[in-house]
Amino acid sequence: MIPPAFEYLRPKTIPEAIAFLEQHGDDAKILSGGQSLIPMMKLRIARPAYLIDINRISGLSYIKEEAGFLKIGGLTREAELEASGLIRSKYPIILETAHVIADPQVRNLATVAGNLAHGDPANDHPATMLALGAQVVATGSRGDRVIPIEEFFLSVFSTALEPGEILTEIRIPVPPARSGGAYLKLERKVGDFATAAVAAQLTLDGNGAAQKVGIGLTNVGATPIKAKKAEDFLRGKKLDETNLRQAGQLASEDAQPSSDLRGPAEYKKGLVKELAKRALSRAAERAGK
Amino acid sequence: MAMTKEQLVQVKVNGRERQASVEPRLLLVHFIREVLELTGTHIGCDTSHCGACTVLLNGKTVKSCTMFAVQADGGEILTVEGLSADGQLHPLQEGFKEEHGLQCGFCTPGMLMSSYALLRTNPQPSEEEIRWGISGNLCRCTGYQNIVSAVRYAAAKMAKDTTTPVEMAGVGGKK
Repeated sequence: MIPPAFEYLRPKTIPEAIAFLEQHGDDAKILSGGQSLIPMMKLRIARPAYLIDINRISGLSYIKEEAGFLKIGGLTREAELEASGLIRSKYPIILETAHVIADPQVRNLATVAGNLAHGDPANDHPATMLALGAQVVATGSRGDRVIPIEEFFLSVFSTALEPGEILTEIRIPVPPARSGGAYLKLERKVGDFATAAVAAQLTLDGNGAAQKVGIGLTNVGATPIKAKKAEDFLRGKKLDETNLRQAGQLASEDAQPSSDLRGPAEYKKGLVKELAKRALSRAAERAGK
Repeated sequence: MAMTKEQLVQVKVNGRERQASVEPRLLLVHFIREVLELTGTHIGCDTSHCGACTVLLNGKTVKSCTMFAVQADGGEILTVEGLSADGQLHPLQEGFKEEHGLQCGFCTPGMLMSSYALLRTNPQPSEEEIRWGISGNLCRCTGYQNIVSAVRYAAAKMAKDTTTPVEMAGVGGKK
């Protein structure tokens, strides 16, 4: 499968990349990892006339805590998340998410930012970022714009990024003490997209009840889904079996899956219910430690 | 048929400088197989699933069917042809031979490259780590068991025989 012909541009700086984007508008796409875009180009579903390769731009690959946020640079690869001591020790939910994305080869190239910017509801990081209450930084010719993650995903392959903007940073508020998270994904085989997956992030209060709750759902709708009903229900409550089961039920009610090769819609809803319960349970365990 | 301006791609492949003028849409796997005439790298699925096209670029495994040749410009590539030195099989190749780690052989170059990358960063992997390391490579023939044995064989051999170069020519990049 051969992509249609395109012109290949390789800017050395972000301003140069943005200038190319503004010059070519809808005819241009950013190439970072390319692990979602290039397969689409080979199928001719995506047909950009201009490909702007940003992989040689320096200063965009970092994982650091600063000013109360975990900041992940726009070119940080999934493999770098997996290797990061900071992520492994403090952010198991992010490690768990990275681990179930595709496979080692893809993770060497695929970027976290691309996983968000591509706008595919089947990608894994969106649900985790929803659960963590993250923000993304969109850089355009007028500077940086901070977008809360709940406002970022509009529709299938459609995000709040404007045509001349590049996603240059992801910011996650450093969770307070007594916080924990987990990402659970069911897939048919290693590397597959999720049949369904749930991200859960909790902060407990002094009595062991849920003070903050974030729940994100993967691949059960046109966008990743923030399970607000379940979040609202669980807030202030103890994380016992009954409440977790009810939270799972409410999360499944927010899911809008399609029936496809991965299973019927009803099956996926049932899956969300069970995965939500288990993800919340594991998050609570981690928060309690 | 639309054609765009060709671009020069300069890469070091298995230790040798190579270059060619190519269309941007030329996939890295086609560059390797058809321009460089190194046909050890295989196209198994063309949908980025099977890993038969796996090579090392700047020290990291990549699926060469999911990259454009122009992206590799200025880099270093290692293909399966680069594994043996001076006519000697690399311990991994010997392992696949001794442990019957292949039947049809189609997935084998990709398996070798992924295993090679694994052993560079984890010279004594457990079975679980081997299976994780090759999780981007599909095999329809073997059921993977003998592939795991082959990697173990190589790991054991490389631990004993420290004259085997761990770094093959042309890999480059950071570990």
